[in-house]
Amino acid sequence: MIKATGLTYAYEDGFDAVRGVDFEVYEGEFLAILGHNGSGKSTLAKLMNALFLPTGGEICVGGIVAKNEDDAFRVREKCGMVFQNPDNQIVATIVEEDVAFGLENLGVPSAEIRRRVDAALKTVGMEEHALSAPHMLSGGQKQRVAIAGVLAMRPEIIVFDEATAMLDPSGRAEVMRVVRELNKTGGVTVIWITHFMEEAAQAERILVMDEGKIAMQGTPVEVFARVEEIRALGLDAPEMILLAEELRKRGVPAQNVMTVDEMVVELCRLKS
Amino acid sequence: MLKNITLGQYFPGDSVVHRLDPRTKIWMTIGLILAVFCVSSFTGYAIVLAYIVLAASITGIGMRFLVRGVKPILAIVIITFALNTFFTSTGNTLWQWNFIRVTDVGLKNAAFMAIRLMLLVLGTQILTLTTSPIALTDGLERMMRPLAKIHFPAHELAMLMSIALRFVPTLLEEADKTMRAQMARGADFESGNLMRRARAMVPLMVPLFVSAFRRADELALAMEARCYRGGTGRTRMKVLKYARIDLMAFLTLAALIVCVVLVRGLI
Repeated sequence: MIKATGLTYAYEDGFDAVRGVDFEVYEGEFLAILGHNGSGKSTLAKLMNALFLPTGGEICVGGIVAKNEDDAFRVREKCGMVFQNPDNQIVATIVEEDVAFGLENLGVPSAEIRRRVDAALKTVGMEEHALSAPHMLSGGQKQRVAIAGVLAMRPEIIVFDEATAMLDPSGRAEVMRVVRELNKTGGVTVIWITHFMEEAAQAERILVMDEGKIAMQGTPVEVFARVEEIRALGLDAPEMILLAEELRKRGVPAQNVMTVDEMVVELCRLKS
Repeated sequence: MLKNITLGQYFPGDSVVHRLDPRTKIWMTIGLILAVFCVSSFTGYAIVLAYIVLAASITGIGMRFLVRGVKPILAIVIITFALNTFFTSTGNTLWQWNFIRVTDVGLKNAAFMAIRLMLLVLGTQILTLTTSPIALTDGLERMMRPLAKIHFPAHELAMLMSIALRFVPTLLEEADKTMRAQMARGADFESGNLMRRARAMVPLMVPLFVSAFRRADELALAMEARCYRGGTGRTRMKVLKYARIDLMAFLTLAALIVCVVLVRGLI
């Protein structure tokens, strides 16, 4: 789906946020990109969406290498993006109008827009709020509206740039649920940029960014097993990994797992 | 404390007037304004007033609400009335004190102007009360579309207006939050004279402006990410269509204008 080779991006002031990165994103996967603030993960997101064009190297998204504005438009059609601040990405004063915004830009006929907007709102469970004003919604609901807006455009890939960072725990859970559903049953490739370990742990594969480069990659179990390296990058391993480590130190041969539920299963297995 | 500000004065409802195409209502308001300016007699005003009262009763909003809307311009009405009363020198003098004279013609002119102003406000209010700001913007965009040929930025203006509408509540909320945060740290917005209070607002305005710019930046990026590239090649989900009721509304307006013109000819 996405293939980057030697991908580099330097801001106008000379700061190079992404420095010669090579990676691939496969169709239908749930990829998390982890990194502390300033590690270049947000810049990487904007490169995938052709909001920034690379200053060096190449990125190919859905078979298109964006060189000019017209290509960029086609890339954005294939690769949608949900941003961090729910307030600053909603354009219209009515929820359904906002969901329609992207489709209107694409020049989709009115009747088709209506159908897709209704379907998208239903997918994210916001159909009851179709006529509400965005500022009356909670953070999690606003973020679901933003997802519907991207979803209605039927992209193959959706990039979530710290989409849950400004939400409370319940909002975070509701957004995460919708996104996992999209990935599983909708077949949408998800790129989940975050600094929450617990969220990254739910991905199929993790890229860890540091200083504009990819520091580690692999499945969550592989990546989080390297607890010391993770710490050195200014990140924390998920609590269950740390618990498993402590258990092993005390002579309990527990495997690394990601969630509390998995830990329960693991401990029951060890006990029997 | 800032939350109670309502933007515009849209009064949600489902009357025939509410359901009219926004363009119809805008054209009719323009027509009504023209009719008011055509009137040259009190009889004419009575007809226009009857039309407005009828329209208001159809909206289900009630005259009381409409009359309340005249309040803010009462001062202007009074000044206009006074100016016309005291500075008309033609006609028979009714009352005089030094150089100030009140004549019968002056008094009549003054009443005329005052009624005209009030009718204008009453009439245009029907538009703003029954049309949501977003519908109004849509209507204006469609009406201005032919002007795009002479490079008039119709779409851009409409987009500007709707984004402004979208962010007013957000920015108000933020202003409220900032204000509370500063009050919690001892800022005083409510005492002192006007100058002092104005100066107290500076530390409120600065962070608000900074954040508004940041928001604008992020919004622009988010719009681009959703393939926005101006008005060209853009379709709309809701297409405005004139219906039978719009035709009927125009007919009533035509009837009003005919009446007004007839009355003008007769008297």
